[in-house]
Formats: sequence, structure tokens, C-alpha cells
Amino acid sequence: MPVDYRRQLIRLIEQHAHSEVMGALPEGTWITRAPGFKRKLALIAKVQDEVGHGQLLYNAAETLGKRREAMINDLLSGKSKYSNVFNYPAETWADVTVIGFLIDAAAIVNQVANAKGSYGPYCRALDRICYEESFHLKQGHDAFIELATGTNMQRQMLQEALNRWWQPIMHFFGPPDKTSVHGEKLMQWKVKMASNDDMRNQFPDAYVPKIWELGMTLPDAALQKNEAGRWQYTDPDWNLFFKVINGEGPCNAERMKVRKWAEESGRWVRTALMSHTAADMLPVA
Amino acid sequence: MMNNDSLDPRVNRLHLSDAAAPVIVNDGENWNIYEVFHQEKRGAHHEHVGCVHAPSPQLALVFAKEQFGRRKKCVNIWVVRSADIPAFEVEDEDMFANNADKTYRDASGFKVMEKINKYKAQQRGEK
Repeated sequence: MPVDYRRQLIRLIEQHAHSEVMGALPEGTWITRAPGFKRKLALIAKVQDEVGHGQLLYNAAETLGKRREAMINDLLSGKSKYSNVFNYPAETWADVTVIGFLIDAAAIVNQVANAKGSYGPYCRALDRICYEESFHLKQGHDAFIELATGTNMQRQMLQEALNRWWQPIMHFFGPPDKTSVHGEKLMQWKVKMASNDDMRNQFPDAYVPKIWELGMTLPDAALQKNEAGRWQYTDPDWNLFFKVINGEGPCNAERMKVRKWAEESGRWVRTALMSHTAADMLPVA
Repeated sequence: MMNNDSLDPRVNRLHLSDAAAPVIVNDGENWNIYEVFHQEKRGAHHEHVGCVHAPSPQLALVFAKEQFGRRKKCVNIWVVRSADIPAFEVEDEDMFANNADKTYRDASGFKVMEKINKYKAQQRGEK
């Protein structure tokens, strides 16, 4: 396997794994406050899935020769990145429905494409992830519709959440193709199967009508489909995107704080379970 | 920019310190890797579905059930420590190349119809 292909795959899969785990943090805080038992159960199941997806992806990256511990250390030291979208707060229950519906929808666009890529273990992990994400999307859509068809106050709460999340969602697919550092090479190698801009265009095609049909709006007056079938939109603020990547988002610091705390306070359990006779062995790569 | 007061109870109730003390996970702290094979119905093969990290085979089974048995059908699971699986080197793939000369091992290596037709033609000729 070419060295650079391996390195890029590790970087990409590892970031994806970190994103799944970090993504559970903003949603996890809402489990205790979910409105009603059914929503609470669904949210617990979703958060458990997300952490499981992290495991699947870490496993895929491990097949390329990087140890789990090294990946976690790189996350904790800030060397590895995770998706920017999880550096924003989920202020109200409506934010949770927008995340469950639209962020998961955006993730599915990305993952369905990449599941047809060139590296088997990553593709198999993605196939399984997409299967579970379809439930996340459906439960998110259901909760979204409940607010959208509810009282004026519920609709207003949802509208405000949409306004907050629209730009992070547009950021989600990554920087524009013309400025993307790794994009072209990754496409050539069939690690990425669709360009950032193509995915950013595919997303509104499927989901903007589902928002508009409920009488909700999106905070971009320029958003419309042109005659050629491409979506036109105001370019999101890319300076903000890079600022958040580099640690200046509203929640970067606290997400890392919580992640480090989890690692530290879980250590005694890991150590207690450890068999002192079993040697630490690496699998065949 | 959004409101920056934390909504995470782990932050605002535990009062986690701001000190950016490094947290290091030691090699081996995440235990060993076990490969997981699940069986979809009785009588079917166990198929490889992925792996889990666990400190013992017993806990590997527990984690595997949680990770790979909580959706879709599954009636049984095997786990085996990855390091215990012997395998050929990827580079040695060529040793599995089929020898095209060994046609005597294939059904297509035996041309019976030719012989039958020849025999039948011969019989017709004699009449």
C-alpha cells in the first residue's frame, strides 16, 4: 500500500471516528431533558449508536496500523481534528431536532458516497453506519415535524434553531473545492467519492423542500434552484469555518474538557478490568 | 457567534478546570483487539463483522453483543483475539494463483462429447 494513501486514509478515518464520539457530547446533554419518554429512549439509542460508530471507525483505522491509544492521544492533544459542527452548542430541544434531522442527513450524503470507495474496511464500516443513521434521520425528522406543526412558540423555537444551524450545516461538507487541500488527491484515490461542493449541492436537493413544505424558512435569501438544476446559495463565512477549526468556536474548549475528563475518570475502570497476565499484543495488520 | 455559556451539565456542575493539563493514554490501556464473527441464523456460517477492544474473551463477547448484535438478526457470536489469527503475508498473494496446466482437476478438462461423437460417427460408418 502506498505510504501516502495509507497516511491520508488514517487521517480521514480517524477524524471521522473522533467526530462520531465528540458528536455524542452536545446531544448527550439533552437526554435528561428530552420532552417525553419516547423521545428520551430514541435519543439514548441514537447517542449509543454514535459512540458505536466511533468504535467501528477506530477499528477501520487500526487496520492501517495506527493504535487506538495513539488516535485518542492525538485527539486529546489537539493534533487530530473532528467535525467543526460539534463545536456549536445545542441551546434548545429544537436544536437537537435540527441536529438529528439535518446534520445526520448531511452525514448520510457524505457517507453513502464514500461507502463506495476503495478501502474495504472503511466502506464496510460506512455501510453499517448508514444503516443506523437512517433511523437517526427518521427520528430527527419526526421530532422536527412535531415542532413545525405545533404551537406558534414551538414553530418559533424551531425557526430560531434552523437559523443558528444553517451556516454550520453548509460548512459541514468542508471548504470549497478550489481551496480544499486534500480533495483532489482523495478523489483520485477513491477515498472520497464526491467533492465537497457536489455534496453541498446534493444536500439541499433532498432536504430544503422538506423544510419549506412545513412553512419553515432558511436564513439565506439567495437560496434557490437554478434552471440547470444546481442550487444557488450565499457562500458561508469561510473565515469563521477556519477560525472554528483552529479552536475558536463557541464550544471547542468545553468539548475537549469533557472528553479529557471522560478519559481520566474512566481510567480506573479500564485498569481494574485489565488482566495482569495477558500480554499486550498487536494483531496482524 | 452563538451563546458561549455551557449547556453541558458535565461542565457547569462538575466545574471542570480550565487547566489544559495533558491527558495521555498509555499503550495497552485500551486492551486487546478481538475479531467478531456473528451468526445470523442457526446452521449458517459465522461471518466476520468487525472487532472490539476488550480485556478478556468474556468481556469481548459482552461488547460484541452490544456492538454487533443489537440490530438485525443474530443468534450467536464468536470472538477471537486478533493476535491469535495466523495469516499469510499480503505480498504472497501470488502463491494462490491457479496453475492453468492442471486441467485434470476441473470438469472442463474432460472432453467426453468429442469421444462420444467420434464413436457414434464410427458406428454409422460401419452400417
